[in-house]
Amino acid sequence: MAAHTLFDKIWGPHVVSEESDGTTLLYIDRHLVHEVTSPQAFEGLKLAGRRPRRPGATLAVPDHNVPTTDRSAGIADPLSRIQIETLEQHCADFGITLFSMHDVRQGIVHVIGPEQGLTLPGMTIVCGDSHTSTHGAFGALAFGIGTSEVEHVLATQCLIQKRPQTMEIRVDGLVSPHCSAKDMILAIIGAIGTAGGTGYVVEYTGEAVRSLSMEGRMTLCNMSIEGGARAGMIAPDETTFAYIKGRPMAPSASLWTAAVQDWEKLCTDPGAAYDRVVTLQGEDIAPQVTWGTNPGMVTGVDGKVPDPRSFADEETRDATTRALDYMALTPGTPIVEIPIDRVFIGSCTNSRIEDLRLAASYFKGRKVASGVQAMVVPGSGLIKKQAEDEGLDAVFRAAGAEWRESGCSMCLAMNADVLRPGERCASTSNRNFEGRQGKGGRTHLVSPAMAAAAAVTGHFVDIRHWA
Amino acid sequence: MEAFTTHTGQVAPLDRVDVDTDQIIPKQYLKTIHRTGLKEGLFADWRKLADGSPDPDFFMNQPQYADASILLTRDNFGCGSSREHAPWALLDYGIRAILAPSFAEIFYNNCFQNSILPIVLDSQEIQRLFDHVSAADRFELTIDLAAQTISTPQKSSFQFSIDPFRKQCLLQGLDAIGLTLRREKDIADYEARRKQNTPWLFQDLCS
Ligand code: SF4
Repeated sequence: MAAHTLFDKIWGPHVVSEESDGTTLLYIDRHLVHEVTSPQAFEGLKLAGRRPRRPGATLAVPDHNVPTTDRSAGIADPLSRIQIETLEQHCADFGITLFSMHDVRQGIVHVIGPEQGLTLPGMTIVCGDSHTSTHGAFGALAFGIGTSEVEHVLATQCLIQKRPQTMEIRVDGLVSPHCSAKDMILAIIGAIGTAGGTGYVVEYTGEAVRSLSMEGRMTLCNMSIEGGARAGMIAPDETTFAYIKGRPMAPSASLWTAAVQDWEKLCTDPGAAYDRVVTLQGEDIAPQVTWGTNPGMVTGVDGKVPDPRSFADEETRDATTRALDYMALTPGTPIVEIPIDRVFIGSCTNSRIEDLRLAASYFKGRKVASGVQAMVVPGSGLIKKQAEDEGLDAVFRAAGAEWRESGCSMCLAMNADVLRPGERCASTSNRNFEGRQGKGGRTHLVSPAMAAAAAVTGHFVDIRHWA
Repeated sequence: MEAFTTHTGQVAPLDRVDVDTDQIIPKQYLKTIHRTGLKEGLFADWRKLADGSPDPDFFMNQPQYADASILLTRDNFGCGSSREHAPWALLDYGIRAILAPSFAEIFYNNCFQNSILPIVLDSQEIQRLFDHVSAADRFELTIDLAAQTISTPQKSSFQFSIDPFRKQCLLQGLDAIGLTLRREKDIADYEARRKQNTPWLFQDLCS
């Protein structure tokens, strides 16, 4: 029997039909929808007189525009309000399940899918959002699509696709206890570049990956898109099954047993070939900090802001000069000497309970440095509740950090949570693009532990040597 | 969807690598529930200097590019977010084709859904075109999708490659959803088969 990769084992069973040129009609099992990328898709359906093929396969939630402060008064920004009301209306018209802004299950779309047990191994999952790659942590093929494709999936439950190539990214050994999945993925992107994964579906393997919790695996797969790959995946195992079991939308009883039997086969066979293989050594990975305006512009916390002249090719030199200019950084500055104004702990990359516990362990018994504003935004209403049950909110508050309602918040700054021009932020989110967290704002991507330590000291610190 | 067959237009240069969709259209323009009217947001943050005045070095503020419909740029154009608002904004501004050494995948797909033609050329060819654009006041190209050629005003022409299926969709302005709906029977058969073997994939999500 031929050896297959994990990707092959998911792709194959989802092919509805295939043309001789490789154009494939791929079946989609689950579809997630949020308010920003869906209104035009629903409108398109209505204009064409079409209906969703399987409304029961879709879950909708508002997350990008929701306020993270008291919601009982509604949304002040009329445009944000209309966008969310439009989502509610479309879902009501088409019979699609929606977790409203006032539902405790509301949260960031990529956080609530797994939390509800909607995300399962072996599935194809799409959403009009590039961080759909998060769901690959469960051994699913999950990728972001545009709004026209959102409409396509609603109408047909299928997508027209070409088979991508496969890449294995293996992290051997173990990372330092002060490093997390966030440091692993930033180091990976630093190694392959922001376009290194273009055209590939990545499978993450190796001891360092296998030893991650589901939260860590989601963080890893989440940022696959920052390395250019539309999808990242990790073969499911006991850790995966234990996480899913008993969740509200997960299979139960005899269905559960049958499903697990099927999922146990979802691994890359010995001898199966990937189109490209990249390996990293876990012990080599230091806590990471980005210094530039894309996630590939990254270094270890023990490093320095690079000198543009140190790059051989002109394009990289130009891009680095531009980035340092925007970031207001001087070449040669040690990363630990960069002072910060704001801290954001949240986003679909790092807002799950494990992230909050970790951040809290650094805040405990300490105070946010004077002049620094720190914000903690849980990924869902249920995570918020769990954190409060564990007393984490009290730790954040006692340290002087703000404890907010769930949503995308300052990852994208579409709601009221925005950096002011010139402000410098240590952020656990996924994109440090110009203006991403607010026009003129400067973002450094870090892990929750690094963000919390930066909040307390007012600058980056090497948490490996920090009491 | 509008068909794309041939297009002649002026070329505007955007000499940057890794242009992300957050720059093509910043988030404050994503609150719309429509596809049109997005040109206001196109490169909104790059059009202006810190003091709010127009940046004279940015192509959108240079009169010679006022009617440009072909964008010439560098590697990894359109990386980042999946927002289709990016091609909508480019289209609304009048861009019908984009030439670059490479594109980010979701953006590349989204272009085809909106009858914008993204063309991948090798870096040297792109560099040559940048040289042409900076040497002339106006630099026009003619793109012939059926023949897969790009020709310069001097009538020299060169080939580009493109996926045959995408090419047909653009040439005929095909409605992709309509195409898939013609496969309704295949989809129904598929669902019936899968429901037998993997019933847990068909559990309805109920609130
Ligand atoms: S948290 Fe950020 S990256 Fe994640 S879905 Fe929301 S806006 Fe996108």
